[in-house]
Amino acid sequence: MYRFWTVFFALVPILGTALCVYAFYNHELLWFGESGSWWLPEDISTFGKDIDRIFNFLGWIVMITFIACNILLCWFMWKYADKPGDTRKATYSHGNHNLEVFWTSATAILLAVIAMSQLGIWMEIKFPSSSVDVPVFANVTARQFEWRITYPGPDGEFGTIDDFESNSDFVVPVGRKIKMMLRSQDVLHSFFLPNMRVKQDAVPGLAIPVWFEATKTGQYDLVCAELCGWGHYKMKGRLTVLSKEDYDRWQKSAIAESNRAGSDEEDEE
Amino acid sequence: MSPTPGTEAGHHDHGHDDHDHHELGFWRKYVFSEDHKTIGIQFLFTSLVFLGLGGLLALGVRWQLGWPWSRVPLIGKYVFPDTGGVMSPEFYTMLFTMHATVMIFFVIIPMLTGAFGNWIIPLQIGARDMAFPKLNMISYWFMWPAIICMLSSFFVEGGAAAAGWTSYPPLSVQSSAAPGSGMGQTLWLMAITFAGVSSMTGSVNYITTIVMMRTPGMKMFRMPLTVWALFITAILQAFALPVLTAAGFMQLMDRTVGSVFFTPVIDDAVGYVVNGKEILVGGGQPLLWQHLFWFYSHPAVYIMILPAMGITSDVLATFSRKPIFGYKPMIFAIASIAGLGFIVWGHHMFQSGMNPAVGMTMMVTTTFIALPSAVKVFNWLGTIWGGRIQYTTAMLNALGFVSLFLIGGLSGIFMASTPVDIYIHDTYFIVAHIHYVLFGGSIFGFFAAVYYWFPKMFGRMLDETWGKIHFVISFAAMNCTFFPMHILGTGGMPRRLADPFIYDYLEPLRGLNTFVSISAMVMGAAQIIFVINIVASVFWGKKAPDNPWNANTLEWCATPTPPGHGNFGPELPVVNHGPYEYAHPKADADFLPQTAPKF
Repeated sequence: MYRFWTVFFALVPILGTALCVYAFYNHELLWFGESGSWWLPEDISTFGKDIDRIFNFLGWIVMITFIACNILLCWFMWKYADKPGDTRKATYSHGNHNLEVFWTSATAILLAVIAMSQLGIWMEIKFPSSSVDVPVFANVTARQFEWRITYPGPDGEFGTIDDFESNSDFVVPVGRKIKMMLRSQDVLHSFFLPNMRVKQDAVPGLAIPVWFEATKTGQYDLVCAELCGWGHYKMKGRLTVLSKEDYDRWQKSAIAESNRAGSDEEDEE
Repeated sequence: MSPTPGTEAGHHDHGHDDHDHHELGFWRKYVFSEDHKTIGIQFLFTSLVFLGLGGLLALGVRWQLGWPWSRVPLIGKYVFPDTGGVMSPEFYTMLFTMHATVMIFFVIIPMLTGAFGNWIIPLQIGARDMAFPKLNMISYWFMWPAIICMLSSFFVEGGAAAAGWTSYPPLSVQSSAAPGSGMGQTLWLMAITFAGVSSMTGSVNYITTIVMMRTPGMKMFRMPLTVWALFITAILQAFALPVLTAAGFMQLMDRTVGSVFFTPVIDDAVGYVVNGKEILVGGGQPLLWQHLFWFYSHPAVYIMILPAMGITSDVLATFSRKPIFGYKPMIFAIASIAGLGFIVWGHHMFQSGMNPAVGMTMMVTTTFIALPSAVKVFNWLGTIWGGRIQYTTAMLNALGFVSLFLIGGLSGIFMASTPVDIYIHDTYFIVAHIHYVLFGGSIFGFFAAVYYWFPKMFGRMLDETWGKIHFVISFAAMNCTFFPMHILGTGGMPRRLADPFIYDYLEPLRGLNTFVSISAMVMGAAQIIFVINIVASVFWGKKAPDNPWNANTLEWCATPTPPGHGNFGPELPVVNHGPYEYAHPKADADFLPQTAPKF
């Protein structure tokens, strides 16, 4: 039976690695999958490359450790099985001090490298100091179950007459550092742009600065990633990245739209 | 049967001598029992029932994710008559909230620390019972108010709690925020508090018993690693749990008497309106709850895994017929996991709005908690190296633990990394990780414990063939269920969505979700084998000898099967050897009981 058990346990690293490799490379030919990606979605941000690089770096370390440990596990399971007719006693050993010191310090060094390798990029993305000199591009306020985005308008000041709003559609120009202030009006939400590698919880009572810079135009999903009630799943927004010219055009029409809506309201009054 | 006067068990005499002339009645013997073994078995069966309930809740979650908005088979037409048998999104949020709550507070903690902690500690250290038998009984019976609160919450208006098992305010505090945030959430908080009393009384008992009541010769460094793990777990509980209890009371007060611990300062820019209801008074901070909650709940993860690590060590050594590799490094590893476990809670809050500099500090400590975990894995591999491995069901489950914990430990590195966590936080990557640790780890450790100690508990052997069938299906289905979740998370699928496919970028993951759901059902079905095996073996199993595995520790070599009241004979056993002296060159047999005479 020991052969069966060894092979059975060996299936874990073999199939696990195969699945990861397949997911990384592939995409379209599987019986239970529609076409599309099983891996990190397309990155359209400036710092996403760094995050993906750390992800892959950790992926390699983890994969090597995973396979190495499983090789040892299966090798020992095969070699040291209690086979019929075998009368030997097991090795009487309580361990090995030098070996313990070696693998403890080797692991510690590796972990220190891992920890150090990510300090810089974290500071760049999340520390408020990294976007302190950028004017606020928009206020994003989450509420059950929608995103309200307020733009300061051409004057760049909030609370003035040319402010305008859009609902669950965040429109930004490409190639510009966008800083937004994230708030919540009711419960916790989380502002998640998978393609931008951005995630930040929105906390009522706090205004949290978030920044990113899009490198590609197009439409992408804006996801709520923190449970916010029964309608959490449908708190879907959209990120629209436009070229500089298209953005200016869109801003004009949005302001016109907003003025029209405003005057309609006045008429009603 | 009667304890020797003047032994450590003297305290225990009163309850015993009073009844020396007649057997204890049914109620005192089986229901309100003060015997640690009976209490352990009570915990065991209670948590097994809840394992079934928690599993069904999980299958409900998987049904919705595998086949969103389709009619729920069998029970759909009774539970959701208005929608033609399709579950509602609020029911879905309730399902995953209660799945996690049940599994954590009513299955894993009572199963490992409650059932096995109770049953094994006195037997392995050579004590006649726990230090405080009455307190021990109270510890079990405090589970019942928790159970009543928890079960009745399913039937109150709005249904059971639906704010996630983490119960983050304001969702959990403002009753208008979600359907389950009414009475259901109040009952949830009460249930957690009662379960906390149970854990607390248990942990006080374990610490005292282990420190004070070891039999002569049972030095601290002669205790089996299971006892070490349970000892350190009890210390973790004693220090972490009060924080959760305090936080629970604060949330209860926020909900009932109008305090505002977790209700924020009103933001002038946006106001504070929950579901149309304006909140006028504030001054608290929602993040405070997260800090308090995780200050308990991160150590709680170790409360759930450390006992399983101890059990695995015992089982691996016994069935490798070889001393544990690095006994002291193993203890130091457990202790440092527990110590570091207190200063890593912020890794649950990297994206929460907490100061990112705190996140950076917590990232470093979290990365380094991988160190003792790695040391443990290396030592387990060292233990089977050079052994003479017997593939019993208990051993297979322990090896399964090592294989699965390896994956759970390694995937944790991704989450510890703050930049990567920005992307994978709150995705299925996290779900994969916790299930590898808590299902692959705790539950397989629990399986190993059941297959290993069942003969001593009930005096009958479990059926090995059915045990192996159960293991093969569980292990394969477990990997098929949870390994693909790493891919789902890498693809960006957030957790807790009633219908992830509302997002276009998640459409490619639909097929994989269906596959995961089918695997989960197979895994659930396999547990029927486990339950039948247990029930059938209790009544009709082969009679177990005193030491069926030729193990060294006291419960096997110094007690009859099953052990009677008072555990040991008239004299307490005297310990002369460490717990893992297998294959000792001076011994004739390949094992050397702890009670064997000195050489």
